[in-house]
Amino acid sequence: MNQAKVPVWVNIALIPLLNITLAFVISGLVIYAIGQNPIEAAGYMIYGAFGYSEGIGYTLYYATNFIFTGLAVCVAFKAGLFNIGGEGQAYIGGLGVGLVCLALDHTMPFIVIAPLAIIGAAVFGAAWAYVPAYLQARRGSHIVITTIMFNFIASSLMVYLMVNWLKGTQNMSLNSRTFEHSAWMPYLHTLLSPLGIDIGDSPVNLSFFWALLCCFGVWLLVWHTRWGYQLRTLGTNPTAAKYAGIDTAKVTIWVMMVSGALAGFVGLNEIMGVNHSLLLNFAAGYGFTGIAVALMGRNHPIGIFLAAILFGALYQGGAEVSFDMPQITPDIVVVVQGLVILFSGALEHMFKDRIEGFFIRRAAAAQEK
Amino acid sequence: MYDTLIQMLDATVRVSAPLILAALAGLFSERAGIVDISLEGKILGSAFAAAAASAVFGSAWIGLVFGIIASVALALIHGFACITHRGDHIVSGVAINTIVAGMTVTLGLHWFHLGGQTPALSGDQRFLAITLPFAHAMQDVPVIGQIYSNLISGHNILVYLAFIMVPVTYWIVYKTRFGLRLRAVGENPHAVDTAGISVTWLRYRAVMVCGVLCGVAGAYLSTAHNAGFLKNMSAGQGYMALAALIFGKWRPVPVMFACLLFGFLNAVAVRLQGVIIPGLGEVPVQAIESLPYVLTILLLAGFIGKAVGPKAVGRPYVKERA
Repeated sequence: MNQAKVPVWVNIALIPLLNITLAFVISGLVIYAIGQNPIEAAGYMIYGAFGYSEGIGYTLYYATNFIFTGLAVCVAFKAGLFNIGGEGQAYIGGLGVGLVCLALDHTMPFIVIAPLAIIGAAVFGAAWAYVPAYLQARRGSHIVITTIMFNFIASSLMVYLMVNWLKGTQNMSLNSRTFEHSAWMPYLHTLLSPLGIDIGDSPVNLSFFWALLCCFGVWLLVWHTRWGYQLRTLGTNPTAAKYAGIDTAKVTIWVMMVSGALAGFVGLNEIMGVNHSLLLNFAAGYGFTGIAVALMGRNHPIGIFLAAILFGALYQGGAEVSFDMPQITPDIVVVVQGLVILFSGALEHMFKDRIEGFFIRRAAAAQEK
Repeated sequence: MYDTLIQMLDATVRVSAPLILAALAGLFSERAGIVDISLEGKILGSAFAAAAASAVFGSAWIGLVFGIIASVALALIHGFACITHRGDHIVSGVAINTIVAGMTVTLGLHWFHLGGQTPALSGDQRFLAITLPFAHAMQDVPVIGQIYSNLISGHNILVYLAFIMVPVTYWIVYKTRFGLRLRAVGENPHAVDTAGISVTWLRYRAVMVCGVLCGVAGAYLSTAHNAGFLKNMSAGQGYMALAALIFGKWRPVPVMFACLLFGFLNAVAVRLQGVIIPGLGEVPVQAIESLPYVLTILLLAGFIGKAVGPKAVGRPYVKERA
């Protein structure tokens, strides 16, 4: 009831802004502590991420991955589940994409391969999330622990498959053979340059639009369908959900599969879009960044889109800044990411309760007058 | 054959030692109701602090102290988020792991200019192997001689500390007043509160103990097992310890055996790398490597026994207000 008295902008703008500012201030102090100028570093970062066309392209390329993993975390979160296994699901989703491409690239055109690759990513990602989901729903084992374990199992499985089955014959490194061009996700720069839009030689590709579609899809699914209502009820109050006749086990399993499928789409961007072959560790860290993105984006597709752009900019800017300031490596971005998770996730009550309390008191005082 | 077995068991002990320390650390935390997936980050943070301090001050012991300080500081952040601010334990753990992963490399690069590593440690900067009395004399005694001089003797002091901590933990958790309260606060914090004992302070003490033990585990990695800090050198051992904690059902002695089992699987995987079994082909080493995780999942799902954690684990404690 008190919630109603807190202005909307406090929750969707003021508090996230405060959290990110705090994360930036502390990261700035770290940069200062290692004898560098944080303002200068921020300048290079912003220029690297937005200052020139190729930089923007890279920012969008990173953002594509973060939209997928952020949405994956968000969907599960809305149902009260913590999917920490985005990393493994993205990895296995990429395997699905790779297998489709390797099987069909000689015989089929892009227009056939693309939808099949999307299905491949979704099915493989969902399957990898299915087992932890089933175990949580039917056998009561904790989803956080099982999804962590599944990340490690995914990584062992991929090494096994790459070494024994998928390694290309012509190269020494652990890559599969390079796909034929029919299985390459078109780069946006090849599509946009005829229109006069220049994004340099950046790796951002058609998967970016698929990511935007997924944002819309999640918004529709979670907020505007019967099933979405069920999953939000489950997330808000599992007892009430059960009492209302919702099959909570079934919803849990399906939510996790949707979440896994979304994470699996990282494979589209990475395998089909950029690497054009199957390889190891292409999902490195994207799954965990998804947690920061979802928390930062307040578990809403629009917020996640904005947070993904922010983190895309941080990744790209962080890579860029190290050219000019070699003491600052992309690892500083990992620190920022951790701080964002800390302040907007673990310490969310620290400011939220006080700020909300302030507005509630103010509203109450205004009423008395 | 016997020599090979001894060698593998010896490797098992080396790999298990940090797992045991970290898993016991997790035991204190989770028995008090605080889920701790930041074992990983604390180990990594301590490994870095220990190696850095040891390189600067030239003493592994000073390194150990700094490692423990770093780890306890991280534990206090976890406590601040989970206990004081009722934050989500998992989210806080992920945050700490992420911050440490980035921070260690950033600071390492700044201090040592070695691409995020610390300088190679040698001599007093490391914990070296200790030869137990009569180890050489016992060498030739059949069966027992091998076990004593090659398996039991010849480890560094932190390995012995890890194994001593098992009965010590057992004693603290089951035989002391603190231990009783610790278990109570993880099962039913309201009862503890009603008895007039501070839930907050008790849980803070638990996470600090957890920090100390993780600190030793981290120092072991960088100043005993290896000679220096490498980027992300904990490589999932914190998570493996968490798995061992669950596999040992949150009890000290079974947890130790779980760690030994996981360590043994690791030793087997290393030894079987590239070995070809007639009729079966090359051994899928990755299958053995992932066995600890698979076993833990099977246990959690109730297919082999049943693992039930402390009742109030992961739930913030809110005092009831009138």
